[in-house]
Amino acid sequence: MSPTDGTVAGPGEPGDVLEPGYESRPGTPLLTVRGLHKSFGDNHVLRGIDLDVRRGSVTALIGPSGSGKTTLLRSLNGLAMPDAGTITAAPSPAPDGDAHGDVARPGRRDPLVLDFSRKVTKQQRFALRDRSAMVFQLHNLFPHRTVLQNVIEGPVQVRRVPRAEAVSRATALLERVGLAEKCDAYPHELSGGQQQRVGIVRALALRPELLLFDEPTSALDPELVGEVLAVMKELADEGWTMVVVTHELQFARAVADEVLFLDGGVVVERGVPERLFRDPREERTRRFLHRLLHPIE
Amino acid sequence: MDWELARDAFWPILSGGLTGTIPLTFVSFAIGLVIAVIVALLRLSPNVVLAGIGTAYVSVIRGTPLLVQLFIVFYGLPNLGVVVDPWPSAIIAFSLNVGGYAAEIVRAAILSVPRGQWEAGYTIGMGTARTLRRIVLPQAARVSVPPLSNTFISLVKDTSLASTILVTEQFRKAQEIAASNTDQFMLLYLEAALIYWIFCTVLAAGQSAIEKRLDRYVAH
Repeated sequence: MSPTDGTVAGPGEPGDVLEPGYESRPGTPLLTVRGLHKSFGDNHVLRGIDLDVRRGSVTALIGPSGSGKTTLLRSLNGLAMPDAGTITAAPSPAPDGDAHGDVARPGRRDPLVLDFSRKVTKQQRFALRDRSAMVFQLHNLFPHRTVLQNVIEGPVQVRRVPRAEAVSRATALLERVGLAEKCDAYPHELSGGQQQRVGIVRALALRPELLLFDEPTSALDPELVGEVLAVMKELADEGWTMVVVTHELQFARAVADEVLFLDGGVVVERGVPERLFRDPREERTRRFLHRLLHPIE
Repeated sequence: MDWELARDAFWPILSGGLTGTIPLTFVSFAIGLVIAVIVALLRLSPNVVLAGIGTAYVSVIRGTPLLVQLFIVFYGLPNLGVVVDPWPSAIIAFSLNVGGYAAEIVRAAILSVPRGQWEAGYTIGMGTARTLRRIVLPQAARVSVPPLSNTFISLVKDTSLASTILVTEQFRKAQEIAASNTDQFMLLYLEAALIYWIFCTVLAAGQSAIEKRLDRYVAH
C-alpha cells in the first residue's frame, strides 16, 4: 500500500453511491491525505505526504524531531494549514445508538474534500476538525475549569448537548479511565498521568471518528507513561481509529496497524510494525531505530 | 487645630467621596475595562490597520496628561458645539484614560496565556471569539488583577481632578469648606487625604479577596 500518484481515489468521494452501512465498516477509508506540503517561512516541513487512515486502524507516526510528523498530525485537525495537497474525509452514517460514549459512534457527517492549493473556507476547516479530536503532549487542559468542566466544555458549548446528558456521558468516560472521583478537582491537583487521561477523555467526549495523539507520553515522568498507554491500547482494542505521533516504539509495535517513518518532511518508509521494526528497508529508518533503541552507543 | 471644624467637615467630605469619588471611579473603571479589552484586541489583531488604531489610541492616552484630557472634553468640546455636563465629561475622560492604560495590561495578560490553550479551544470545536471568551480571557483575568488593581487605585485618586470641571466629588467638597475657613487649609486637606487613604485601603483589601477567589485553580 503505497499511494504516491497524488490522486484522490476510492470510495468516500462525494457523489459515490455506497451501499448502506458501508461507510462505517472497519477497514474502509476514513481520511485520505495526498501530496501535503507545508512551509513555515523557509522551512519546508512537509514535502508531499500521502496518508490513508482506515476506520478502526491505528497509525503510528515516528521520526526525529523536525521530521514533520507533528505538523502532519496537526493538519488533520485543521490546526496547521498546509500550503498544498488534499485531505478527503469519507461520509459517515448517523449513530445507531446512544451508548454512553463507550464505542466510537459519531454523528452523521458529510463527505469532505479540502484542497489546500485553493482557498479552504472556515466552514471546511471546522468540518475537518469536527471529524477528529486531539490529545496534546502538554495535555492543554483548561486550568480554570474542573475536570468535569473540561470534559463537557466542548459537548455543551459547541455541540449543544444538553448539560445533564453531557455530564452523565463525561462521568461514564471518567469512570472508565479510573478518574470518576476526580470530577471536581482542578487539573493542577492531578498527577501528569491523570491529567493526560483527562485529556484523552476530553477528546473522547467530542465523539470524534478519529483520535489524534501528539506525543501523549513525552512530557510524563517515566513511571506515569504506562497508565496513559494502557488507556490508549484499550481504545485501540475497542476499535477507535487513531493516529499517534510517538517515540514509544514498543507501544507502536504492539498497537499500531501501520507505522510511518518520517524524516525531512517525507514518508521515508511505511509498513506494518512487525516488518518495519525488524527489517527496515531504508538506511535512514535503520539509523533512526538504532539510535532510539541504543541511545548511549 | 480646630477639632470642631474637623468634626463638622468630616461627613460632608466623606459624603462627597461616597456620592462623587466612588461612583465616578466604579463607573469609569467598568467602562474603561470594556474599552481596554477592545483596544487590546485591536492591538493583537493581525490586521495592520486595526492594530495601528489600537496602538495610536494607547499612545495618545498615555502621552497626554489626564487633566488636559478632562479639559478637552469639558471645556474644549463646547467650541465644537458639543456641550457635555460635568459628570458625563468626567466619566468620558476617565473611561478613555483607564481604557488606554488597562489595554496594555489586558494585552500582556492575553499574551501570557499559553498558545496551547487557544489550540485546545479550537480542537474542541470553538471559534476564535468563543475560545477568547471562555478559555483565554478567564485565565488572562487572573494574571491582570494585580496590575489592574493598581490602575483602579490610581483612578480613585485621579478622580480628584474632576473637581476642576465642577464635579462635586470629595476633593471639591473639601475645597468648598476650605474656602470659608482660609486659615484651616492644612486641617481640611489632611482630612480629605485621610479619607482617600481609607478608601484606597478598603479597596486594596477587595483586591486580595478577588485574587484569592481567582487562585482556586492555580497551583501553589
